[in-house]
Amino acid sequence: MAVSRTHPVLIAGKYLALLGYLSFALFPLYWLLKIALTPDQLVYSEGTSLWPSSVTLSNFSEVLFQTDFLSYFGNSLTVSLGTAALTTLIAAGAGYAFSRFHFAGKRLLIVVMLVTQMFPLLMIIAPIYKIISSLGMLNSLTSLIVVYTAFNIPFATFLMQSFFDGIPKDLEEAAMMDGCSRFQALRKVVFPLTLPGLGATLGFVFTAAWSELLFALMLISKNDAMTFPVGLLTFVSKFSVDWGQMMAAGVLALVPSCLFFIFIQRYLVQGLTSGAVKG
Amino acid sequence: MSRIELNNVMKRYGSVEVLRDINLDIQDGEFIVLVGPSGCGKSTLLRMIAGLEPISGGDFLIDGERMNDLRPRERDIAMVFQSYALYPHMDVARNMGFSMEIRKDPVAERKSRVEAAAKTLGLSALKDRLPRALSGGQRQRVAMGRAIIREPRAFLFDEPLSNLDAALRVEMRLEIARMHQRLGATMIYVTHDQVEALTLADRIVVLNGGDIQQVGTPLDLYERPANKFVAQFIGSPTMNILPTSSQPTGLGLPNGGHLAVPAGSQIQQVSELGVRPEHIDIVTTDDGDLTGVADVVERLGSDTNIYVQVDGVGSVLVRRSGNLSVKTGDRLGLHLQRDSIHLFNSGGTRLVHGTV
Repeated sequence: MAVSRTHPVLIAGKYLALLGYLSFALFPLYWLLKIALTPDQLVYSEGTSLWPSSVTLSNFSEVLFQTDFLSYFGNSLTVSLGTAALTTLIAAGAGYAFSRFHFAGKRLLIVVMLVTQMFPLLMIIAPIYKIISSLGMLNSLTSLIVVYTAFNIPFATFLMQSFFDGIPKDLEEAAMMDGCSRFQALRKVVFPLTLPGLGATLGFVFTAAWSELLFALMLISKNDAMTFPVGLLTFVSKFSVDWGQMMAAGVLALVPSCLFFIFIQRYLVQGLTSGAVKG
Repeated sequence: MSRIELNNVMKRYGSVEVLRDINLDIQDGEFIVLVGPSGCGKSTLLRMIAGLEPISGGDFLIDGERMNDLRPRERDIAMVFQSYALYPHMDVARNMGFSMEIRKDPVAERKSRVEAAAKTLGLSALKDRLPRALSGGQRQRVAMGRAIIREPRAFLFDEPLSNLDAALRVEMRLEIARMHQRLGATMIYVTHDQVEALTLADRIVVLNGGDIQQVGTPLDLYERPANKFVAQFIGSPTMNILPTSSQPTGLGLPNGGHLAVPAGSQIQQVSELGVRPEHIDIVTTDDGDLTGVADVVERLGSDTNIYVQVDGVGSVLVRRSGNLSVKTGDRLGLHLQRDSIHLFNSGGTRLVHGTV
């Protein structure tokens, strides 16, 4: 029947639904920016209006120059980049092995990795604290990198495995027939084709580590090792909450995530392997 | 120079034997086609020769040198994959020259050889394209170019034409035949398409269920199939098989009919008779060995295929050249050309029947 022509009401409905979803998802971000730009004295008096009567950047300058925000920011960057790099490296290796090799205990290993994802983090936070403190690693960024890496590896491995599964085995075999060793085939043929997968995994792990609060709160108590989510809490004092500065810090914290995604998004474009096989 | 020998080669996955006692002696420059139905082990055998699949037993030699335990890169064999397996992130020129790049051959030599191969394959204008910007036939050519450039000891083809449409398949088949004539290299080609096998091969190896059924030239296989499987697999349309019994003066047919054939030494063992559709003549009902009613008539222009419902036997296909005036429902007599009848025993083995 009339498959090719969609009813205009349906199209309008579709866009309305999209619009509804977008405003719901983006409104908090808008509110974050709005409060960050609102002068302190107007936060309560004009709290519910959509745009304040005057706008200021003083919240940003205070956050940058009068608080420890830059130090938190740096710590978060170190932890997130470290975690993303380490996790992706290990996950890529494990994912390749799961995708290409048959070995004893493979199924068991996959099951065990799934099991680690089953427990709520709250259950294991105490034992983790105990382990880290016995190792004398409390208040160090390294401890966070290790813990984040451990918890992100299973998912990242499955993600990488699915990317490797998507690369035809024929390509590696063709490379080996062309004179490559398995490692050369991996480096010259598989690796360039896995860039989108590596990008996605890096992005996923980076974002997860960037916004992690629970472990950072438990394992870090010293100000100079605090990551940004923990640092945000310092804007809450005993008697008041400095909303303007907190929101300004929040806006600034979005910057690296955005930059990171702009950087990797060209690797996320799919379809790189099209044309490899079949007609 | 590359003579390939397979001596009692076998392949096992766990306790499952997929190939048994494969013995083949392939001469330098010979074009060998491995055919068989899906799952017969032909691709596995090719991958074992390539080094992509370990050999479970027996010896594989090239020019007398044992290859069993060498890695693919040490065997110096080129392979064209069914999926083409072009490197998607490299342009046509780099795809073709990749083996020389890995071998670290001089850049100038690589360029000139890529140039020459691209020219013979008609790819000169496409050298800077990525595989995704090529049609199926062009991808196939690039895959062949990649194999040619290396000047390997032998070429392997794994169903290289099965992803192409019919017209292109014929064109590329010719291309491969020309390539073999030009290079004179040893080639092993896997296909399930008997037309490719018959047209390309110097010798055909028919595989079924992990065993070699017969090795021979295309005409050998057509005229003297070793058994019922080969008889039915080679030749299109497929051979008619009729159940028969041996009688003192010839063969008995299931409808009580009698086929006068001179008694050979093995005539007592006959259980089935095979005759190709093109070896049956249409005669009057009185003169026929068999009589029946034309069921379906297919007119191909050059040939006419007539499915005849033979009384008490079943459907028999007759193929005559030209455009016959037979109509559906006509009653026909069929004469089986005596020197083209194949007799099989109950095990399916073809019997040698002296004077028949």
